[in-house]
Order: sequence, then structure tokens, then C-alpha cells
Amino acid sequence: MNAEAPTPLLSVRDLKVSFALDEGLVRAVDGTSFDVMPGQVLGIVGESGCGKSVTMKAILQLVERPGRITSGAIRFRRRPPGQEDGGEVVDLAQLPPRGALMRDIRGGEIALIPQEPMAAFSPVHTVGDQVIEAILLHSHRWQAEKLSRREARDITVGLFRDVGISMPEQRVDAYSWQLSGGLRQRAMIAMALSCKPRLLIADEPTTAIDVTTQAQVLALLRDLQAKYNTAIIFITHDLGVIAQMASYVVVMYLGRVMEQGPVDDIFHAPKHPYTKALLRSIPSLYGETRVALPVISGSLPHPFNRPAGCPFHPRCPQVMERCSTAVPSLQPVNDRQLASCFLYSDAVEPA
Amino acid sequence: MRDASAPSAPGPLLDVRGLQKFFPITKGFLQRTVGHVRAVDGVDFTVNEGETLGLVGESGCGKTTASRCILRAIDPTGGEILYRTRAGKVVDLAALKPAELLPLRAEIQMIFQDPFGSLNPRMTLLDNVGEPLLVNGMGNRRERADRVAELLRLVGLRPEFMHRFPHAFSGGQRQRIGIARALATNPRLVVADEPVSALDVSVQAQVLNLLLELQERLKLTFLFVAHDLSVVRHISDRIAVMYVGQLVELAPTAEIFREPQHPYTAALMRAVPVPDPRVHTTDGILGGEVPSPAAPPSGCYFHPRCRHAIARCRVEAPELREIAPGHFTRCHLAGEVVF
Repeated sequence: MNAEAPTPLLSVRDLKVSFALDEGLVRAVDGTSFDVMPGQVLGIVGESGCGKSVTMKAILQLVERPGRITSGAIRFRRRPPGQEDGGEVVDLAQLPPRGALMRDIRGGEIALIPQEPMAAFSPVHTVGDQVIEAILLHSHRWQAEKLSRREARDITVGLFRDVGISMPEQRVDAYSWQLSGGLRQRAMIAMALSCKPRLLIADEPTTAIDVTTQAQVLALLRDLQAKYNTAIIFITHDLGVIAQMASYVVVMYLGRVMEQGPVDDIFHAPKHPYTKALLRSIPSLYGETRVALPVISGSLPHPFNRPAGCPFHPRCPQVMERCSTAVPSLQPVNDRQLASCFLYSDAVEPA
Repeated sequence: MRDASAPSAPGPLLDVRGLQKFFPITKGFLQRTVGHVRAVDGVDFTVNEGETLGLVGESGCGKTTASRCILRAIDPTGGEILYRTRAGKVVDLAALKPAELLPLRAEIQMIFQDPFGSLNPRMTLLDNVGEPLLVNGMGNRRERADRVAELLRLVGLRPEFMHRFPHAFSGGQRQRIGIARALATNPRLVVADEPVSALDVSVQAQVLNLLLELQERLKLTFLFVAHDLSVVRHISDRIAVMYVGQLVELAPTAEIFREPQHPYTAALMRAVPVPDPRVHTTDGILGGEVPSPAAPPSGCYFHPRCRHAIARCRVEAPELREIAPGHFTRCHLAGEVVF
């Protein structure tokens, strides 16, 4: 990597995804921008309906109809064969979702760890077979000669051992429903890593599993990230998980980035009123008990009734007059953080 | 903490002793019973009037099964569930016949986890919230509508909403509707099974505040079943921790967080990701997995995962003992080792 000027691995610019329903247009992602640096763990945090999962689907070109990427760019730097760095930049937003190039990148260079490993694995194929299939599909990228099934199976056993599955030789022949929740998520991680991706998207990877198992899976992801230096986009609503995993955080609300910055700044010096309110509303393990928690007033607006202006303005404690008419654009507030808020900048998003 | 010995409290509202619930494992054409899943096997706790007891543990620990036994949604295999009725009589809910239970149903109600699955989508709020009144034969149609309006106002919804259907409401609003329904019959004990785990952070805070406010106002007693320790800590006076069907620790909230006296409780607390990047929660991660309640380990059920385990833990099952006033633990080493 070029040390003095790191170039992003993934650069999302002004991404808009909307769903044309009979009842009206839902603007699920409405002008989202962020960068992922090579080897960085980026956390995207937000509540239901903030567009975090749709952003992830857009990156993988998996937005289902009637959803559509209406504008914006998703620039991804591909890995040149046999090399670790550099590479040509492709705009994923322009690629046909079913085209050969997108199919090559999806799974091969950008892998996904989904939330529900039970739903993500096929119940009628062994977990090993599913990993082997992925390896056979993508192995041409990192080696010239074709792998045999036997070799792919050996790689899979090695991966299972890497992710801490005991008795990997037996477990590759298990079906997903024979594995516990923790093991299933480990197998999913093995599958995501099987094609040596440069970017891993983890969509709520520990939400469906128990807290002690979650701690194990998070530790595993941290170790693997350090070992392979894979960039990770970590999507979750759990602020605790974000604080422990991410080095850089993007806070989303109603399809827009409210604030982004290094994890320490986001948690200790939040700038946007939404980030501040969100952090205050979580019960802590140290605070006073059995007292009313500070809440964000009002409720999330219905997707068809998006407020004009700043999407957060009807619930914002520091609302000003122009917040209801103009949309603030994402601007630097200091040399580390960016926020979309008129408290810090007068810059308006072009209509 | 409310003191159980205070003159206003003549003993606990609920006293669960040695609760057991086994599910048979059947095999073959004749469905012979070849074993049992000991989903709940030795749960003892009391709930005092007006307090919140938090019941925590991971999936499969039996916390939901235990709470369903108390409601007699399922019949316990063994043990006693002593409940002090509004009339002041102590009855064993585990031994009552269905007909004898009926008059008590109004006193013990439940709030469910899933705000989408727990409301009938074909019924208006009036019918959903008014159903417990109808079933318990309370009031005529007019009186029920008045009561539903009052309940909706109580949980922060507009009474005009009563003619709408559940699909018109968000997750947080639906959970408020579920709470209104649970309160319809004016219950004394409310069992809340993961009432906020399906909700977003900001909505979760609103619902927790509502529960605290309602408890104060209506003098409710809560059995709060959940897996999220920070939520349980926030709302509970005392906390009971379950592991593989057994109660392993029970203590006042502040005390259990300050000095957990069971290694599982300590590990559970360490596993919670702290929402502060300056605090690292990587030490002491529990290895292994929760054993199956159909084939639990010998001795102490936790010994295969316990870093403090000694030879005795492998052979001798510890009993639940009171290590300090009001602080119970099921561990041989409690008091000798800091977990």
C-alpha cells in the first residue's frame, strides 16, 4: 500500500436506492457516502429502517425488485491476480447484477456473513459441500491450475480448523441443522473467508446468537481480521459490538449518514444530535438502575412520510428553522469527524 | 430493594420451590420414552410484591420454560409454585386443577417477546386488548370499550386507535398494545418474556421507561425474563441467573454485579460488549458451549467450561446455598475464589 496517501478499497458516493411500491416511493438509501480503507473495520450503526442493510445489498448488487439503485457510485478496487495491492477500480453500481464480473466479485472479492446462518446455509447440502462449491467457483482468481474436489475439501477442513470448529474432518460432512448456532456462524465465517476476500461484509453476524457465543465469534473475527488483514464492514444496531469491533464508525438514520468518524470520537465526542441521543438511550452496565432512560422523542416516521429537510429534525432537541426545509450535507466538523447538521456547517445538499 | 420482612409484606407474592419440567424424548414406532430433556431442573426463587425479579440466561437454559410453568401455560413435572392470591390465601399453582386456576388467571398476566406475532392481525385493538376482559367475563361491551380506551391512554397511545388493526402500528407501538392487553384484567403479577429484545435501542428505552412507570403506578410485580444483562440490570431489583435448567445464582442487582458468586454469572457479565471503545472486553471469554439439557455433565453442570473447576466439581453437584443474606449461589468455591 502507498503509505503516504492510502487509497480506499471501497468508496461509496451519494448512493441512492429506492423501492417503487404501489403506495409510493420508499427512499431506503438517500445519499450515503463513506470509504473503506484496506484492512479497516468500519462499523455501520443505525436502527431499523436506517438503510444499513440495503446499503450492504447495494454493494453486493443484491437489491431485490422493486428496489433499484437510482444514482451514486460504489467504486471498488479489484485485486490484480497474484498481487496484494493496487488494482483497477470498478463502479459496482454500474455492473449488471447477473453479469460475469459481478458474480466474480460477489463471494470472491467481497464476501458476506449474513445474520441468520440457519437461513443462509442450504439444509439439503452438507456445510462442507457448500464451502467447497464456493472455492471451486472462485479459485481461478488466486491460482492458475484448477483445484480438484479433494484439494478444495482439504482447504475447507483447514478453514474449519482456523475458525475454531473442533473435529473439522467430521464437521465438513454435517448439515447446517446438525450444528449449534455458534458452530453454524463459525462455518459461515469459514465460507466467507474461503475465497480470500479483500472485503468482508458482516450483517448483524452475532445478533441471532447468545452472549457468551457472541463473545467467542467477535474474538474470532478480530483474530482473523488481524491475521488476513481483511477489511470488514460491520453492520449492527448493537452499540456495544460496534465499540468493541470497529475502528471507524458510520451512523445512519433514514437512509442518510448523520455522522462518521473514528470510534473513540463517536463514543466520547459525538457531534450529531442523533448520535448523542442514541448513546444516551442505552442502559449501561454501570449507570443508575430503575430510573427513566433519556429517550429520543417521537417515533421513526413511516417510510412513505419522510420528513422534508433533515430527516432527524422532527425528533431533534436542537432543531432550528431551516432544518425542516433544507437537507444538510455531510461536512467535516474537525480533522477527524464528519456530520450532516446545520449546527456545524451551512452546506446544503443539492436538491 | 424492598425488604421482604417489612410489615406491609406478609411473605413473598410468589415462592417457587424445586421447580422441574422434563420433556420426554421418544423413539421408535411405539414412541417409547428413552430419556428426558431436563429443561427446568431445580429452580427456587421468591418474588416479593412490587419488585422486579430479572431471570437471565442463554437460549435453552430453561428461563422461558420456567416462566411458562408459573403461568401454567405448561404443566410442571415437579416442585411447588406458591402464590399469594389477592384474597391473601397461599395456593400452589402447580397443583391446582384447571377449573381452580381460572379465577387466578386474571391476576397473573404475560407480556410476549414478539410484538408482531402476539397480536391477532384480524382483530382491532379494541378486540385484542379487550379479549382478556371478555374471556374473564368482565363488563359488557360498553364497559370493555371504556376500559380499553383507559388502557391505551395508560400505555401512551391515543384511545381513537382502538378501531384500527395491529398492522397500522410500529414495533414499539405494538409492544405498548401488548402491555395494555396484559394489564386489562388488573393483574398483580406480570411475567414479561423478553419484552424489549425485538425492539430498536431508542424504542427499547421508551418501553423500559413505560414498564417502570406502570409498575410504580399500579404496584405491579414483574418477573422479567431476558438475555440482555444491561436491560435486566436496569429494570430489576434482584437477578436470578439460570444455566442448563438450574438456578445458579440469585442476588440483589447491585450485589450480583459487584461481586458475582458464580463463575457463570461472572463470565456472562464479561461477555457483554461494552459500548465504550476504551473498555476492552476481551479477557475471560468463556470457551466451549452450553451442554444439552438432555445429557448434562456430571457434578456441577458448569464444570467443563469453568476455569476454576476442581476435582470435586466433576463428581459432586453443588446445592444452591445462601452465601450472604439474600445472595444464593450453586458453586462449591463461592466465597473462596473471586470470579
